[in-house]
Amino acid sequence: MEYYLQLIVNGLVVGSIYSLVALGFVVIYKATKVVNFAQGELVMAGAYVCFALTVQFHIPFIWAFFITLAFSVLLGLAIERMVLRPLIGEEHISVIMVTVGMSSVLKSLVQLFWGTQIRVYPQVLPTEPVMVAGLPVAPVYIAAFILSALLFAVFSVFFKFSRMGVAMRATAFDQQAAQSMGIGIKNIFAMSWCIACVVSAVGGVILGNINGINAHIGHLGLKVFPAVILGGLDSLLGAALGGLIIGVLENVCDGAARQLLGLGGFREVAAFIVLVVILMIKPYGLFGTKEIERL
Amino acid sequence: MQGKCGLFFTTYRAEAQVFPSGFQKSMVGLFLAVLCAAPFVLNTHLTSIVNLVFISVIGAVSLNLLTGVCGQISLGHGAFLGVGAYAAGQCSVHGVPFPLAILTGGLVTALVGMVFGVPSLRLKGIYLAIATLAAQLVLEYAFLHGGALTGGSNGLLLTPPSIFGFVFDSETRMYFLLLAFAAGALLMVTNIMRSKYGRAFVSIRDFHLSAEIVGVNLFRYKLVAFGVSSFLAGVAGGLWGHYTGYISAEQFNIGLSISYLAMIIIGGLGSVLGSVFGAVFVVLLPEVLNAAANTLAGFWPGIALHVVAMREGVFGLALILFLIFEPEGLAHRWRLIKAYWKLYPFAH
Repeated sequence: MEYYLQLIVNGLVVGSIYSLVALGFVVIYKATKVVNFAQGELVMAGAYVCFALTVQFHIPFIWAFFITLAFSVLLGLAIERMVLRPLIGEEHISVIMVTVGMSSVLKSLVQLFWGTQIRVYPQVLPTEPVMVAGLPVAPVYIAAFILSALLFAVFSVFFKFSRMGVAMRATAFDQQAAQSMGIGIKNIFAMSWCIACVVSAVGGVILGNINGINAHIGHLGLKVFPAVILGGLDSLLGAALGGLIIGVLENVCDGAARQLLGLGGFREVAAFIVLVVILMIKPYGLFGTKEIERL
Repeated sequence: MQGKCGLFFTTYRAEAQVFPSGFQKSMVGLFLAVLCAAPFVLNTHLTSIVNLVFISVIGAVSLNLLTGVCGQISLGHGAFLGVGAYAAGQCSVHGVPFPLAILTGGLVTALVGMVFGVPSLRLKGIYLAIATLAAQLVLEYAFLHGGALTGGSNGLLLTPPSIFGFVFDSETRMYFLLLAFAAGALLMVTNIMRSKYGRAFVSIRDFHLSAEIVGVNLFRYKLVAFGVSSFLAGVAGGLWGHYTGYISAEQFNIGLSISYLAMIIIGGLGSVLGSVFGAVFVVLLPEVLNAAANTLAGFWPGIALHVVAMREGVFGLALILFLIFEPEGLAHRWRLIKAYWKLYPFAH
């Protein structure tokens, strides 16, 4: 029983990072209807920039973290302006493939600068585990969970009350109507890419603190798909819950497969099997807008 | 169909020919003659590159039929190649003759492809892309954990194929085998595209509702598209497995699916000729990069280390640039060049 409890706790932590990445995905999809296959590589870019600042330039971690966030904003602006804007109005497959191409470019840049070996962050938080409900949990896990919860709270408030947030929701709801009300769509698109890059970078920094980074960290981006499909492609709450559920689910399935069937590596597919089932039963997810018509 | 200048058809049959003019027929004949002479001129390394191009042509044209013509995005094509490779490989290992093994590989893949095509009844666009992505990852896992069926992480060792005692054990011999299969696949897809099925696929791609209203059975035709496309993918996979002599799960990862999608986008969606152009481009890109790195190595000694990392980036960059500046692919550019010569002094 304790085995499974431990799995659930670990799943929640990994899931909270999935949620962050999913948040970036949903913000982009909601405002621009672009499906971003490079979400995992945005995580990787943030993680490596923060790593370079702390280890190679010896900047204190907290400052490095904020510089990384600033860098992510610039990265988001650059991507939107140079890659996505020429493709406005193109077909699904073109937009999907351009983000796929972008992910290859980002991955190869990281490999060019930092190679493929695992890099470890300097120790920021203490290592002695804290007891949570009778289970030992590393402080970095708790910090990860709190940080993602905090970001979700901040963005919920941002979308609910701020001028920009309301404009973004209006754009997501009806682009033409929003435009005729005087909302600059291009700014909204740029803003959503910035937000996606920032939350992904935070996810990357957390991941780096948990177990180091290597050039394959972008693989995490694939896990976003089950999470957002489960939650609904255009729902923030869905992203949060979907990430947590998928995180717990894959950890528990993996543990169960290991213990009961002796199968290794089930973690990689558990989420996708669930994904297929969700797509067949409830394609718009738990909280998504029902927009798929029956064919 | 728009007739070409100077061609006056008196029967529908004449108009519907694959190569309607005598000039086209002689050009195709000439091209085939050049292809047949090529392996005797090229060295082994270049022949092996062309062999890989032939295999990629089969895979690309099959994906183009599904994605370019029928509009069903598939991110799982690489895994379908894998299914074909393993199925054909298992047949070969158990002593089934090579042609039958390839056929079985194709049929098994068609079946698997149709199973994963069933969601296409309910899903389209991005949702279908994600569903096929799931198929890719689930199949990849199955390849790695398939036990005796796939050889697990050890992979599967194959002997060179043989037809009626003739063993294809050199690059040159493989060249002619692969050339025959590639030409067959291109002809097959060309003919499907001008049949009732091809027109139904195009109508589904353009707008599914009007297709259904004019009497196209969406479910049936989408399944046929998945089936035929997967069949050819399985054949390509089986040939690839027999060509390399070794099958492992890493060969059929998501990167392969993406490079096939890149081929049809760079070549031109929905165009048979475009699939060929795209396959040539994507297979040659890393080779050209390697050659360039070897030339540059004299000035910049460390470059060989970076080439591996750069290869993927150059591929991604090429994809982005094509999507932004040449969204209709190389086939479109080819048409423009042809038109330029035809209209020469009067460009507009």
